[in-house]
Amino acid sequence: MANPYVKLLGAQIRSQLQYRASFFLDLSMATLLSAVDIGALFLLFRVTPALGGFGWREVILMTAISGAGFCMADLAVGEIERLKHYIRTGLLDTVLLRPMSALGQLLVLDFATRRAGRVVQGTLFYLVALTVAPVKWDAARVVYAIVAPINAAVFFSAVFVTLAAIAFWWIESGDIANAFTYGGRDFTAYPSTMFHGWFRGLFAFGLGFAFVAYLPALALLGLSEPIGLPDWARWCSPLVTLVVVLIARATWLAGLRRYGSTGS
Amino acid sequence: MIIKTAGLRKDFEVRKKAGRLRRVTETVTAVDGVDLTIERGELLGYIGPNGAGKSTTLKMLTGIMVPSAGEVTVCGLRPVPDRVALARRIGSVFGQRSQLWWDLPLRDSFALLRHVYRVPEAEHTTRLKACRKLLELDEFMDTPVRQLSLGQRMRGEMTAALLHGPQVLFLDEPTIGLDVVSKQAVREFLASLRDKGDTTIVLTTHDLADIEKLCERLIVIDHGRVVHDGSLAALHDRYQMKKQIVVELEEPWAGDQRLDGAALVGVEGLLIRLELDGASVGQVVAQLPAFRDLAVVEPGIEDVITRLYGSDRG
Repeated sequence: MANPYVKLLGAQIRSQLQYRASFFLDLSMATLLSAVDIGALFLLFRVTPALGGFGWREVILMTAISGAGFCMADLAVGEIERLKHYIRTGLLDTVLLRPMSALGQLLVLDFATRRAGRVVQGTLFYLVALTVAPVKWDAARVVYAIVAPINAAVFFSAVFVTLAAIAFWWIESGDIANAFTYGGRDFTAYPSTMFHGWFRGLFAFGLGFAFVAYLPALALLGLSEPIGLPDWARWCSPLVTLVVVLIARATWLAGLRRYGSTGS
Repeated sequence: MIIKTAGLRKDFEVRKKAGRLRRVTETVTAVDGVDLTIERGELLGYIGPNGAGKSTTLKMLTGIMVPSAGEVTVCGLRPVPDRVALARRIGSVFGQRSQLWWDLPLRDSFALLRHVYRVPEAEHTTRLKACRKLLELDEFMDTPVRQLSLGQRMRGEMTAALLHGPQVLFLDEPTIGLDVVSKQAVREFLASLRDKGDTTIVLTTHDLADIEKLCERLIVIDHGRVVHDGSLAALHDRYQMKKQIVVELEEPWAGDQRLDGAALVGVEGLLIRLELDGASVGQVVAQLPAFRDLAVVEPGIEDVITRLYGSDRG
């Protein structure tokens, strides 16, 4: 018998295609928006030759890893920020009454197909960035070039889930959550060296955002980390992501338990 | 027994404003020591006023909510820790929300639920066929759920809850908002399900006709406590709800006659209303003067419930 999650996902896509005009409008709006994001990077380089000590050919690789990862995460789990709405409408209760994972069901039941356009665009942008950037190609780097955007996607997905789960304790946490998700995406689109002091310490290493795009890009480019991290740290992103995923899982499960004891 | 609870309790912490910044946490007990024993095949009416703790109990029985204290087993499982295993053995219909796919034809929801519950094709087809016939689904199987009337949708919800052959069916206000014909269809379906005896049904409702027509056993809950557990007749006895007879006399009531085993409770022109108190209808009628017409009125459950809550609240 077919995987139930795949079946539910198919049903969600069919449902969304019931409203064709709105679907294609959403799809093209999303595409337009990410074109604006890329434009912003080029505007920056019109006024400065370097950002945080890196030229545009290097920064574009960081922006592309972060962008492709974020789009994939947004497509896969972005709607989980609507948890408040799922609690209010009783959808969370409905999924808890079925013999499947609650998180898995919520993700496929509210899958936002319109975001697929951005993933295609983000992937194309990443392929372009790989050809433009001075990557020191070898076998390990070919593998890492494939792993990097997926790793970024998993990292962002875990951040989305962790922040969404906070709504189990604090129902109006949405704006704070957005500050971290979108703030995190913007932070990872640029070299961490652009930021300073406690802010860099917190975001780059405390929250691990340096491991999303900055350090993998340095690994691909064969550049050492100027702040002083050892070279091997550039290859450790998947490990950091694993930690973030475990935190997300623990937070989500604790949130579900909290829901079970408070009902709100 | 298929459902058992002992000392089931649920407390909620509610934060209240007390002054400009201060918040006081208050503990509200929604369910306060409920003991239930439900046998396989029973149809149980679980009733009570709003906020009495009905929905909270259902949430604890279905594994959505963790009890604050007490024991609970459903189908031999502990609802919260064994949520996934239990989900395969129970079905639920909550009148206020849907488990169907809004934008897809009703048929698709059933097909999807087959995958969700991993029901073998043959079993699914047999059960669906039975529901289609009993609930007359055929004319709207291809209609998107959002275009169904409430009555049609509710028949779809019932089917959806039964396709995996649950041992227990939980129904929360299944007839709420339905028109008379749909209510009747839903009741008849539940009655046939009850008569087959394989499915244990727990029904919460505000609709007193549902209770009178369906429930062999009633549990009345108020302020989180069970205030009655037994048949409707037992409820009548306990609260001394008596049969009444309304008689249309030939001549106005003289007013000085005494009747054995009945009390006069109202006079309105030629109509008099008597409440039986120990005597049979025949014994009372024999004492009456000439009359044109007579009707026997069974006590309404409305009266029972009103009196029940009245007495409980003192």
